[in-house]
Amino acid sequence: MLDLTFAEMARGLAAGEFKSVELVRGLLARIERLDPEINSFVTVTRDQALERAEAADAQRARGEAGVLAGMPLALKDIFCTEGVRTTAGSKMLGNFVAPYSATVVEKLAATGTVSLGKTNMDEFAMGSSNENSHFGPVKNPWDHSLVPGGSSGGSAAAVAAGLVPAAMGTDTGGSIRQPAAFCGITGLKPTYGRVSRYGIIAYASSLDQAGPMARSAEDCALLLNAIAGHDPRDSTSVSRVVPDYTRDLDAPLDGLKIGLPTEYFGDGLDPGVEAAVRDAVKVYESLGARVVEVSLPHTDLAIPTYYVIAPAEASSNLSRYDGVRFGHRCANPLDLEDLYKRSRAEGFGEEVKRRILIGTHTLSEGFFDAYYRKAQQVRRLIRQDFLDAFDKVDVLMGPAAPTPAFALGAQSDPVSMYLQDIYTIAINLAGIPGISVPAGFVGNRPVGLQILAPHFAEAHLLNVAHAFQKVTDWHQRRPVQD
Amino acid sequence: MQWETVIGLEVHVQLATRSKIFSGASTAFGAEPNTQACAVDLGLPGVLPVLNENAVAMALRFGLAIDAEIPEVSVFERKNYFYPDLPKGYQTSQMAQPIVGRGTVEILLEDGSRKAIRIHHAHLEEDAGKSLHEDFIGMSGIDLNRAGTPLLEIVSEPDMRSAKEASAYLRAIHTLVTYLGISDGNMAEGSMRCDVNVSVRPKGQAAFGTRAEIKNVNSFRFVERAIAFEVERQIDLLEEGGKVVQETRLFDPEADETRSMRTKEEANDYRYFPCPDLLPLMLDSAYVDHQRSLLPELPSAKRERFIEQLGLSTYDADILASDRDTAEYFEQVMAVCDDPKLAANWVQGDLSARLNRAGLSIGESPVGAEQLGGLLKRIKDETINGKAAKQVFSDLWERRFENADQVIEIKGLKQVTDSGALAQVIDQVIEANPVQVTQYREATEEKRGKMLGFFVGQVMKASRGTANPQQVNALLKQKLDALC
Repeated sequence: MLDLTFAEMARGLAAGEFKSVELVRGLLARIERLDPEINSFVTVTRDQALERAEAADAQRARGEAGVLAGMPLALKDIFCTEGVRTTAGSKMLGNFVAPYSATVVEKLAATGTVSLGKTNMDEFAMGSSNENSHFGPVKNPWDHSLVPGGSSGGSAAAVAAGLVPAAMGTDTGGSIRQPAAFCGITGLKPTYGRVSRYGIIAYASSLDQAGPMARSAEDCALLLNAIAGHDPRDSTSVSRVVPDYTRDLDAPLDGLKIGLPTEYFGDGLDPGVEAAVRDAVKVYESLGARVVEVSLPHTDLAIPTYYVIAPAEASSNLSRYDGVRFGHRCANPLDLEDLYKRSRAEGFGEEVKRRILIGTHTLSEGFFDAYYRKAQQVRRLIRQDFLDAFDKVDVLMGPAAPTPAFALGAQSDPVSMYLQDIYTIAINLAGIPGISVPAGFVGNRPVGLQILAPHFAEAHLLNVAHAFQKVTDWHQRRPVQD
Repeated sequence: MQWETVIGLEVHVQLATRSKIFSGASTAFGAEPNTQACAVDLGLPGVLPVLNENAVAMALRFGLAIDAEIPEVSVFERKNYFYPDLPKGYQTSQMAQPIVGRGTVEILLEDGSRKAIRIHHAHLEEDAGKSLHEDFIGMSGIDLNRAGTPLLEIVSEPDMRSAKEASAYLRAIHTLVTYLGISDGNMAEGSMRCDVNVSVRPKGQAAFGTRAEIKNVNSFRFVERAIAFEVERQIDLLEEGGKVVQETRLFDPEADETRSMRTKEEANDYRYFPCPDLLPLMLDSAYVDHQRSLLPELPSAKRERFIEQLGLSTYDADILASDRDTAEYFEQVMAVCDDPKLAANWVQGDLSARLNRAGLSIGESPVGAEQLGGLLKRIKDETINGKAAKQVFSDLWERRFENADQVIEIKGLKQVTDSGALAQVIDQVIEANPVQVTQYREATEEKRGKMLGFFVGQVMKASRGTANPQQVNALLKQKLDALC
């Protein structure tokens, strides 16, 4: 019962095979047993979870339950959750209890889902290994000496370890897709504007997007149904009809045109990852898809562009953490300047400080045109690359990350860490949706196939991913626990 | 050396929206500290701004009223700096692409002449909170009620050449924004604040001198005083061979001087960049036209109409049109009594004097426009005379009666125009004052004219002021002259 996919579990609840309270108790026990080692949760909200599970069961008994009522899940600790500590993985917010809930949290609660707690993450979502958390690194359930990826590493590890059937993540440059790939789960980054950002602690506002991380594409479709849609509190959320994302999951793939970006199969790609991805593409061919090679000519500019825009926005977004109203405040400040300097010096970790400094520099007088303005121009070119490619093909496929999960502590140089996101970062710059689905292993390390679709084509993207999962079982594989 | 003063103003006008520019919290003045600050105003993690359409409409109406260029696209940017009463660590403002482009505001000078002041642009931004230092020992309090209040910052070109011109400009802006109903213009509550850029240059020199910016000058009077002080300071400095440094200064009304706050070198690099949480603001022509259709008659048009259609003097028209409440009151009075000149005289004369004495604004007048109009109507149709009118006005002011007709009826102030009744009163007066009558008879024609006043006064007294003075004059003269 505890190892079912999210969708299977929902069907089990609906059929009365088990109760939400049983699921939640079972999963809480697992968390208690396994998570001291994996460290995927920052906060477990045990009492609230049991209370909500009981309420969902009662609702179901009255015949009033929706599809997701009583379904357990976890929230990345970047979603503000009323009455629950919300840290963004930072010492700065170590004591911050959110007085309100993010729109995503409200929407999930409205469908009756039960959050078991808040998952670990790289501080303020800055990182690709979950080693930048104030609450300690997360271990990859497949091999505890490996990282789970980041920044949504806690969410990915919790799902992979079977602690929850699904978790919410956020993705600014690959933070859902890369950890999903590293942990052998399915993770969807929706189109920018598809899901409200209200109440999600901002890292880079023009790139941040929330999405589901679960076992399967079907799971992701169910969860996207719950969280997608326009939010009057988020001016960048898009007013566009939300289809039922489960409706076309089984549509045939006849005539599907897949593009393989030449640039996504070049130097630096691990041969084992490449082999797994190419095998997955062959599966699609066997399902009736045609494969062509396409070019995304500005791919090599994606990482430098991202590392101008994201830190610039972050430097401004993180200014509110000044020790004045909430969050960490240094002891015995001498004066205002001392309060600012020490509160921020003590509250932020190294990577966050590095990005604040980069962003402050690139926005400075005399540098703005050379960096920020130029980066915005390049961003348009990158976006155009994808629009041009989608004139020729329906979806793009490639690896989600250049390597499988690496060892904890292996990437000590920030730039080599930044290169982890080489296949995911351009997608955020372009604003299109992308999904990572399990597609094999290198040794015992999972490999993720990344599938990309045009803006707001999530239904098609999920259909393509689901077709693969109907004929493969990579997404069913579980690490051996205990 | 002859010096010329060059002045430009940045006026911050608080827009009269009910909620804040990016949140739903109330903007009402005077609430308990931090009771009107929601999650968005507090800059809590994860919150996002949503633009208040009313603030956009108000800014747009200002732009249309000054005949400014209205760009199709304007962009909100973040102005980044740390300050305790700036919750997000940045102020959301506009920089490269403001909502209102170049326009013109006409000012009225003391000699009655006019001058056009060019507006460089006007942009929307959010206000910060307030730091309170007085009530706390060794600490500062922060009140975020004001944080997020919409401001329209109106930036002029350096077109003003004296303190008087600067204050006339500020008055013109005040008149305009209150006419438009986009601000209450209450300077005491901070609804209008201004930064003054001042420099001096030798007369005839084309290049501007180095300027100082005087921050937060909050009354018409302070603007003049701050400029006067600053101009003198700069001229003294230059004449002693010194140099003006570009800096920000603060006006201290207590000491009547400006003091240095920070020099250019200490100035912040605000790292402006487009706010990624707010999309570019696009104004289509239908929306702009709709806002144009909502514009009221503007002061300049009203003034022209008062002169040309109502036949008022330039002086009367200037005063009556300079304030929307006064103009509206006047027009209502006029509509009832149908005599523009009479209405103008009373609004500027008796009413204005009485309001000044009581320290009331025209909106607070105990005598409503309908009531005053009703009173003037009775003057115009000669039901009462001027003296009785003042009495009626006093009674209305004291709110003892509902309208002029009621006062006239109950107090019997109706002018006596019945010549028979009047003749009777006159005969009584002549009979009662034989000595004066004899003197009159013996007086020269010239003296008689003066003596007639005595008899008129007696007749008015005997009639309790209800007699028509012109009629009294004529009848008295006739009767007295008949005795000669």
